[in-house]
Amino acid sequence: MSLTREGIAWRIARDLPEGAYVNLGVGIPVLVANFLVRDREVFLHSENGILGVGPRPTAAEVDFDLISAGKGFCTLAPGAALFDQQISFTMMRGGHLTHAVLGAIEVAENGDFANWRVPGEAVPGVGGAMDLAVGAKRVFVAMTHVTNKGAPKIVRTCSAPLTARACVKRIYTDLAVIDVSAQGLVLREYAAGLDLEAVRAKTGVPLALAPDCRAMDVPDTAADGTRLRQP
Amino acid sequence: MIDKKMADCRTAVADVHDGATIMLGGFGNAGMPAQLIEALREQGTRDLTIISNGAGTGPFALGALFGDGRVRKLIASFPAPSSAQFRERFLKGEVELELVPQGSLVERIRCGGAGLGGFYTPVGVGTELAAGKELRTIDKRDYLFELPLRADVAFIKGHLGDRLGNLMYRGTMRNFNMVMATAADTVIAEVDQLVEVGGIPPEQVHTPGIFVDRLVQVERHPKLLAVPKEGGGA
Repeated sequence: MSLTREGIAWRIARDLPEGAYVNLGVGIPVLVANFLVRDREVFLHSENGILGVGPRPTAAEVDFDLISAGKGFCTLAPGAALFDQQISFTMMRGGHLTHAVLGAIEVAENGDFANWRVPGEAVPGVGGAMDLAVGAKRVFVAMTHVTNKGAPKIVRTCSAPLTARACVKRIYTDLAVIDVSAQGLVLREYAAGLDLEAVRAKTGVPLALAPDCRAMDVPDTAADGTRLRQP
Repeated sequence: MIDKKMADCRTAVADVHDGATIMLGGFGNAGMPAQLIEALREQGTRDLTIISNGAGTGPFALGALFGDGRVRKLIASFPAPSSAQFRERFLKGEVELELVPQGSLVERIRCGGAGLGGFYTPVGVGTELAAGKELRTIDKRDYLFELPLRADVAFIKGHLGDRLGNLMYRGTMRNFNMVMATAADTVIAEVDQLVEVGGIPPEQVHTPGIFVDRLVQVERHPKLLAVPKEGGGA
């Protein structure tokens, strides 16, 4: 059945290759850090000035000068580098990050997406969202397939304020993995046990099927026991 | 002998005038010049334009400047949802907000400090933040023109500093501090520790003293030393 938020993150982690330099946005994306594939060297970037973000510290390990972009305390991975904002955004905007995994309010079929301003939120904040969306080599979106009210988040055109035009390469949801191609959206994988028509019904635009379209290979639980699929 | 050391924060900020444009370094609580900001608050300076990544992290320092109604305009990338004090003033229409993508904010400040007249960036094209900006196509890609930013004063924070103004940071303190040190008429640094000249190895001088006008050794602001909950969410 459908994936949990952690399940979406687990699935994305499988697609980050050795040598990837990745920025993880807030929400489901940051969970990817918990499920990185062992024995692959993947470096996590934090826009406030870290390449090589490590796990959260224990209370005894906390360093008040060491925080990640979410403003929470972090540690450094072996081989980490620290730098200022000019270098950090040169990495982001200059195409040096191999991947950005970002949350979204909506994704359009041409790869436009909206994630920085929730409609109705009176105080806007953009941070580095637009820089990542424009600059990362591959932009992955991680989100639930539909809104809390059941409306599709994959749509013909975004109604929420855009973050960037035509930049999303792949969409990961609790129901599916979908590629954004010049010919439109292509369904690559769907949650095991789901009816394809049910996925299409929850998607606001047509989905072509990849030649090797298949059920997602996601176990019920991760190695640490975290639930990856809804019971 | 050059000596940029000041006795205390109050003295260091005494000539910052009403109506000033001030850059504030820091990202979250890391590298935030909280003691300089508190000294400015105590002297009552008002009608300020603030250039900062955010709008403060609580009811102290920048958050308190908003709470006290001292800020006329904020130029920032991420004022939401961190500061209740900003939010309240903004929703009442008492503070103007210029929202800038974070990388463009950095680069505008860099241009201001590097003698450049602006730059073209692909960031923001096709979004509501492109409003009013020149659009130019270069080699088939669309770009927006962004103007430089400068300030009357910058408040920054370093870890170590010497009387010449050389600074070294630690952890993620560098953030906006390094670039803001280049882009204001007067740059005032607070540091955790003053050291003798030579106390910072030349290879580890992150901000060369040429950019710094005054520096003060301070205790860490207590709000920046709050004991975190488990795992340290902030």
